[in-house]
Amino acid sequence: MRGDKKANNLKGWLYLLPAMLFLGFFMVYPLVDVFVYSFEEGYNSASQTYFGVGLYNYSYVLHDPYFLQALKNTFILVVITVPLSTLLALLISVGLSSISKLKELYQTVYFLPYVTNTLAVGLVFMILFKRTAYTDGLANLVLAWFGRGPVDFIDGPYWAKMFVLCFYTVWVVMPFKVLILTSALASVDQTYYNAAKVDGTSPFRIFRKITLPMISPMIFYLVITGFIGAFKAYSDAVALFGTNLNAAEMNTIVGYVYDMLYGDSGGYPSYASAAAILLFAVVFTITLINLSISKKNVHY
Amino acid sequence: MKVVLQHLTKKFPSRNRKVNDEVIAVNDFDFEIPDGKLIGLLGPSGCGKSTCLNLISGLLTPTSGRILFGDDDVTDLPPENRGVGLVFQNYALYPHLTVRQNIQFPLQNLKGADRPSREEMDRRALEAAKLVQIEGLMDRKPGEMSGGQQQRVAIARAVVKMPRVLLLDEPLSNLDARLRLQTREEIRRIQRETGITTVFVTHDQEEAMSISDMIVVMKDGVVHQIDQPQNVYDDPVDLFVAKFLGTPPINVFEGAVRGGRLYIGDEDVLDVPGADDRAVWVGIRPEGFVLKPDGRFTCGLDRVEVMGRDISVVCHHPAATADQIRAIISAENRAGATGQAVRFDLKPRKVHLFDRESEARVPFDGPRAPMDEVK
Repeated sequence: MRGDKKANNLKGWLYLLPAMLFLGFFMVYPLVDVFVYSFEEGYNSASQTYFGVGLYNYSYVLHDPYFLQALKNTFILVVITVPLSTLLALLISVGLSSISKLKELYQTVYFLPYVTNTLAVGLVFMILFKRTAYTDGLANLVLAWFGRGPVDFIDGPYWAKMFVLCFYTVWVVMPFKVLILTSALASVDQTYYNAAKVDGTSPFRIFRKITLPMISPMIFYLVITGFIGAFKAYSDAVALFGTNLNAAEMNTIVGYVYDMLYGDSGGYPSYASAAAILLFAVVFTITLINLSISKKNVHY
Repeated sequence: MKVVLQHLTKKFPSRNRKVNDEVIAVNDFDFEIPDGKLIGLLGPSGCGKSTCLNLISGLLTPTSGRILFGDDDVTDLPPENRGVGLVFQNYALYPHLTVRQNIQFPLQNLKGADRPSREEMDRRALEAAKLVQIEGLMDRKPGEMSGGQQQRVAIARAVVKMPRVLLLDEPLSNLDARLRLQTREEIRRIQRETGITTVFVTHDQEEAMSISDMIVVMKDGVVHQIDQPQNVYDDPVDLFVAKFLGTPPINVFEGAVRGGRLYIGDEDVLDVPGADDRAVWVGIRPEGFVLKPDGRFTCGLDRVEVMGRDISVVCHHPAATADQIRAIISAENRAGATGQAVRFDLKPRKVHLFDRESEARVPFDGPRAPMDEVK
């Protein structure tokens, strides 16, 4: 019997082997490696040597103005776009589920950005917002109607650029959220609404007391993935402001990591690793906070 | 509060423009539900009983006709202004709220002067909970309760705002058999205690018969008969009603009336004075057979099933519409239920004749007073 059990165990591990090898090589090893890199001081990627082990990389990154800029940008982006996009998506999906005519058309329209290439969208946004020698761009045209002077949203003041980045991010992440929330709304049993209607519940109270709690797991899912996605933003900024994000003051943490590895000032995997570990720590903390908040407000 | 339906009709438009598949779910309902009574809407699936209930609740608006609560015309009122309590088949309790919050939900919707104080809400919620005997479970969530308990909470939520009319949509069909028996008694009791005019929908004839003051038998959007349960059973207006009520179901034969006598096959089985000559469907209730060695009606015997107090004589006859005829006989009178064939006499009160074409009841003179043949 004992032998049988042992053989069975061995067989089990054997079945797991391909997946374990794959995950080990491509997930666990790189993760551990990044962690190790982040503590190796003065690592030289050409000679694969380093001077010592310590916290110098972290100290360097935390004192690097470019990193602090990236950190600030990322936080602003997260704080503005996650609530805004979730709220807007909720409004749109509630609107979508309460109309019957042209519902499918609107759903398609709202979903289009999801299947559109990020860089192509970035290009279009650039045309909308960029000032050139020939035109001030569509956005400035609208501003001019209200008697406001032209603002360069792409190469101009910091807040103008941040506005475009947030606008763009919200626009890009919205379709997925709308999709998830419309299906969540559709899955709420109609009899709850009938019951509430018979009891004379006002539409606002129905929304707050029935609809919201019923779809709260989906909202929570969107908030968590929204936070994580926004913290990892990079391609959006590149699409709008080009690859030299540090010069544009529009870098993000992931952008900083990339620059440290491959950018013009690159070649520092240790700094990049330290920055990546810091990002991980931030995302991890935020997710933990989210989880603890959700315990009270999410109803499964 | 009596409820009056006046020529109430609900049509659902056809979905497909090419094919006219318009459905008349409720066709010209015109009857009155007396104050303080418990009424069962009974019919097979898809006969429009839930539609009728939803029309009374206001969740659906009728195509034509009026609905009156007492003397108030409520036809154009939205559900919240009608003062109805509705209990759904799947209870529709809000899963994220406790029992107390669920029961108080309708009260918290009230605004202005109608809105009770917090203490008043607590008091009324507790009162409603006591009525349905779940006052010990006030802080549970619906997910932590059994189906029967959830059903009680749903009823408490419906009665807490003191509705003028209580509507129950298939209230028992999600419960298991034992709980169903218990809960239907419970519904009867709650209705008696509150005196609220109650309409409930069911496809289970036994359920409807056992607790209703009056039942409305309907099929395909048309009301067939409205009467007290016993009268509907004893005096069905047509073949559908006769077949739909009663377990085991009524036995139906092809027959004919000739010169005041009823013939099934070649046998003249019963005197039916007053009935015109014509082809008929003959419905005989299982309890309408009396075993008799020289009986007028002969059937081929299949088997005898003993059920204690009664026996069930299963036999066959070429004129029967079903393969089996089932006769329920008191166990003491079982002599004669042996051999290849059995002979019966028929109790005239348990025999119903229906026109072969229209399936409407064909009356004949005989002992029909309700109690005269029970013993």
